[in-house]
Amino acid sequence: MDITFEKVDYTYQANSPFEHKALDSMSFHLPTGSVTAIVGHTGSGKSTLIQHLNGLIRPTNGKVRIGDYVLEPKKKPKHAKALREKVGIVFQYPEHQLFEETVEKDIAFGPRNFGVPEQEIQKRVAESAQAVGLRADLLKRSPFELSGGQMRRVAIAGILAVRPRVLVLDEPTAGLDPRGQKEIMDMFYRIHQEQQLTTILVTHSMEDALAYADQVLVLDKGKKYMEGTPVEVFSQRQALQQVQLDVPEMFQFLLKASDRFGKPVAYQGQDVERLAEQLAALAGDPNE
Amino acid sequence: MHAIEFRNVSFRYEEDQPYVLRNVSFQVETGEWLAIIGHNGSGKSTIAKLMNGLLFPSEGEIFINDIPLTEENIWEIRSQVGMVFQNPDNQFVGTTVRDDVAFGLENRGVPRAEMMERITSSLEQVRMHDYLLHEPYRLSGGQKQRVAIAGVLAISPRVIILDEATAMLDPLGRKEILDTVHRVQAEQQIGLITITHDLNEVMQAERVLVMNDGEVWMTTVPRELVKKQTELQQIGLDVPFVSQLAHALQKLGVPLTEEPIDHEELLDTLWTLHSRK
Repeated sequence: MDITFEKVDYTYQANSPFEHKALDSMSFHLPTGSVTAIVGHTGSGKSTLIQHLNGLIRPTNGKVRIGDYVLEPKKKPKHAKALREKVGIVFQYPEHQLFEETVEKDIAFGPRNFGVPEQEIQKRVAESAQAVGLRADLLKRSPFELSGGQMRRVAIAGILAVRPRVLVLDEPTAGLDPRGQKEIMDMFYRIHQEQQLTTILVTHSMEDALAYADQVLVLDKGKKYMEGTPVEVFSQRQALQQVQLDVPEMFQFLLKASDRFGKPVAYQGQDVERLAEQLAALAGDPNE
Repeated sequence: MHAIEFRNVSFRYEEDQPYVLRNVSFQVETGEWLAIIGHNGSGKSTIAKLMNGLLFPSEGEIFINDIPLTEENIWEIRSQVGMVFQNPDNQFVGTTVRDDVAFGLENRGVPRAEMMERITSSLEQVRMHDYLLHEPYRLSGGQKQRVAIAGVLAISPRVIILDEATAMLDPLGRKEILDTVHRVQAEQQIGLITITHDLNEVMQAERVLVMNDGEVWMTTVPRELVKKQTELQQIGLDVPFVSQLAHALQKLGVPLTEEPIDHEELLDTLWTLHSRK
């Protein structure tokens, strides 16, 4: 599903002393099948933006299009429930929202709420559990007996069981150990590709934005500050630093290396091993 | 003096349940910064809860300032161990920053005049004094955690424990918190324990305790720790970018004698090699 924001404003507590414009004339387009990273420091408007995506809130001015659904000011959306079925949001620490007696019941809660027939639910529970890498024997267990990483997978399976076409991930790796972080991100990327989703990743990790995103949207004070491919955005360190962000560590290192050796060492998608080869050549060659 | 000592500590929630900590021993000296790392479920947070008496050991002993921790002296001891948790929104009670910092002091019956003084000085230490009358929930994540730290400092602890206190913050908020606690720790010579998954945060600590499956896997200094890249990856952890790069260089035969702690150290070494040719 294509997602388009057209000059969207969102104002909290309008006409009161606490009036606060959280989104300010925001326009962008996210094509079907893309992964977009949204970055910005605390208070830049990220949370307000993602709440528009499944109609939790509506724009104060402007228009949001998600596939055929349109969100406009002061007009109750006609198909709010249908929209929510299409847009799955994985909020921060989704495992805090688990509540059922068994893993199976928890995963089934979403589809049951949307009126999916019982037989179909069983099928979807099994599929989603498999997609997030939960072993079948865990389905009868209480989710509260599982480890933190497994609980997060249960919560994610519950969202996938609704079969969304858009997946919104809000800091999906917060609190996980390094292996857990990589496993969860690789899992999302695989699901994104297999199910041909449109994915939005809200993250503080510039590393993840570089590794997984097709485009990066940088927000500042409710406005779109920058937009482009990861390489385009991360080539502008100073501009990012002005809004209290930074480039991935690889880019930071390349800038320092260029400085030290007095010649540019550019980012060309190299991994650590390839960078080591470049550096070994620089350090070893007296003519360099 | 040991600010904290664990002596052969084991813990399980019930007698018929498996141990979540087995035979854990370590010390933190006064004025020292110890980082605790380990995979999710390795026992890190259980250690934190044992340190200020939210849990008690099933076996073994814990000493705070060389005094054994018991159910009788827990209230006294708790004022010497300040904890800051992961979620800044879960630890506010006051309607203003000032009231929030006052909460811990009121609980301990500190006289009003002294209370005002301690509130001022602890908020100044975390550079949040300008926000005295602000509502905590309107602050940024980093500011909230700084106020939480001020609340801890106000009770003059001998040890501060940050239990993944930077996990929910943006990079700037993380830096704010680490700079703040590191400065305060150095000024006041208190013990600092940071429980974290952030590898670059680990590199700034003086010593590192690595937990794996409820046991101490290793106690070492950061520069030694990063030599164990393969082993760390096997237990769900990793080493920082600069260590990965240094190891890749070593594999190519570049003679690096010491593990670099940051980008600058690695570049210095490479530049020296280059100049010698």
